[in-house]
Amino acid sequence: MTPPESSAPEIVIEPTHGFHFVKWRDLYAYRDLMWLLVWRDFATRYKQTILGPLWHVFQPLLTTVVFAVIFGQIAKLPTDDLPPTLFYLCGLLAWNYFSQTFNSTSSTLIANAALFGKVYFPRLIVPLANVVSNCFSFVIQLLSFFAVLLTYQWAHPGAAFGPRWEAIVFLPLVLLQLAAFSLGIGLWLAALTSKFRDFAVLSGFLIQLWMYVTPIILPLTKVPPQWHIYVALNPVTMPVECFRYLLLGTGWINPTLILVSLATTGATLVSGILLFQRVEKSFVDVV
Amino acid sequence: MTKPIIEVRNLSKRYQLGSIGTTSLREESSRLWDRLRGVPHPDRQEFWALRDVSFDILPGEVIGLVGRNGAGKSTLLKILSRITEPTSGHVRLRGRVASLLEVGTGFHPELTGRENVYLNGAILGMTRAEVARKFDQIVAFAEVDQFIDTPVKRYSSGMYVRLAFAVAAHLDPEILVVDEVLAVGDTAFQKKCLDRMQSIAADEHRTVILVSHNLNAVVQLCTRAIFLNAGRLGAVGPPSEVIRNYFGTPNSVEPTIDLAGRSRSGHLLARARFGSVRMVGSVDAHAWKVPFEDDVILEFELTVRETVKQLELGTSFFNLQGVEICSSLSSWSGKIGPTKPGNYRLTARFPSLRLLPRTYRVGIGLRSERDMEDYLGEAFDLEIINSTRTKRENLATVHGAVAVDVVTELTAL
Repeated sequence: MTPPESSAPEIVIEPTHGFHFVKWRDLYAYRDLMWLLVWRDFATRYKQTILGPLWHVFQPLLTTVVFAVIFGQIAKLPTDDLPPTLFYLCGLLAWNYFSQTFNSTSSTLIANAALFGKVYFPRLIVPLANVVSNCFSFVIQLLSFFAVLLTYQWAHPGAAFGPRWEAIVFLPLVLLQLAAFSLGIGLWLAALTSKFRDFAVLSGFLIQLWMYVTPIILPLTKVPPQWHIYVALNPVTMPVECFRYLLLGTGWINPTLILVSLATTGATLVSGILLFQRVEKSFVDVV
Repeated sequence: MTKPIIEVRNLSKRYQLGSIGTTSLREESSRLWDRLRGVPHPDRQEFWALRDVSFDILPGEVIGLVGRNGAGKSTLLKILSRITEPTSGHVRLRGRVASLLEVGTGFHPELTGRENVYLNGAILGMTRAEVARKFDQIVAFAEVDQFIDTPVKRYSSGMYVRLAFAVAAHLDPEILVVDEVLAVGDTAFQKKCLDRMQSIAADEHRTVILVSHNLNAVVQLCTRAIFLNAGRLGAVGPPSEVIRNYFGTPNSVEPTIDLAGRSRSGHLLARARFGSVRMVGSVDAHAWKVPFEDDVILEFELTVRETVKQLELGTSFFNLQGVEICSSLSSWSGKIGPTKPGNYRLTARFPSLRLLPRTYRVGIGLRSERDMEDYLGEAFDLEIINSTRTKRENLATVHGAVAVDVVTELTAL
């Protein structure tokens, strides 16, 4: 081995002030770690379970059944002329991805405090790995959604709903927006939770309440038009409606609201990363 | 001339006492409220874990970082490993750093040994390809080849630690930062670790920074030692010299040391107990210093609760590596007679100890006719200082523990 003197990069460690954006090179150097963390998530989550990854299928299906009975049968809430099962299942498809990524991101710092206190790597790797590993459960859920959809179409020939061809291009883009937003808002809460544990409690029920202001149960068409501006401020609304539009063919989408939602997403992600990076460097001192 | 691989300049790190883990939203908002009104908020106490520390390290050096608990060693390592930021000053690193502050960081119990090697390697900064290249070496070093596909939760703690250290020992970076991990595994494996660190520096010309309380290991392994004292740089130099310096600055102690309040362990009858101890006789006795030539005179206060038929004082002098240098029993010159309940003063005189000028840790015990009544393994430190008499001025150059005179006679043949 030769002394790697001249080739070695020079690193200066000094107090940093203010906000800093992503150090891409650092992140790239640790790309293998990200994939290993994704793989670890997958390999360990269902150890000692019988159903394993099938839980990704059962969880939304069971929730859908409960929604269909309570909100569809008993409360008789409208579902945009769609079968309630498909309506809820499609909404939950988007919602589950959002809430799972949000939950795992917001607990990043606290859950990994022991690791972060002992070894350096770009902290952003961990939430990024979450975003990716949740994509896998999303794909499983998407497949189970298609299974239910096909069963429906087979049972009701000539049904007026079904996926649009645009979905091949746009569904991944909508998922990307959902990923960006859940990462952004999750990083906000991760940063706040590292200082004040109050936010850990808050994020728990925030996500519950949030579902009720997102058209998962009640379709957007039933919301009075004068409230649409408030609905648009919720960046999860448009992705959910886009999901229904792309996968079931009926959804209420509006280009202006999509732009507003995209802008909010961008702002949340950038500010979330800035705040997270500011907190992460002194985090081990206050945890 | 070689450029230093690590340059540390005026490094300081401040912690706020009381703020660690105890801030709540309410406290923070009351601070903010006070600040907005311009009212000074009762500020939290500050604590400087490091204060104005500067030094250089050259490539290929093995540096031992020594100091007492709370001297700032771990803080310095955390800054070098980029886990936390300094409050002021800077560090310039001309190479990648791999830090091993804990053995097995990020090991997942459910994963197999093989999987954990890859995961842990990536956490420590290796790419998958690098780990793959070194995989066989790592497994061979850890001596776990049979169990490499078993989940590590089924490993014995020794196997676990060996595998974890093996991953870290095969890291490539130019600078390896190691915190107190030599205290793992059995003696044979410890020796293997030490050898490995030595070869990392000597054969691979990489730089190692090592924190250890095992001063023998520091002397054996390191080319230089850095002594931190209460956050400041105490000394830098050859390990044996620095460690002598480290020994030479005992904690500031009271002239009379309270022993009654110390915690004891083990089975003790406790019918008679030590109350306090002080040193008398020499000029610096109040500072626990005694010149080489002088008798060590200790004055104990004892409390006897029940009548004890006979008492015996046992004393052991240890060097700071924990090696027992000399011991004594008062019974050799007659036991202390029957004692009724009450408070007593016991004076113990140790004539001509001939211990070389160092700091010694003293353990004391009281034994009765039945069993051990009281025992303190680390009761107090005392320092033997250079002789005040001129004939002994070269004492400091003598190695070993005890200095004796030798009578010589030169005859012409």
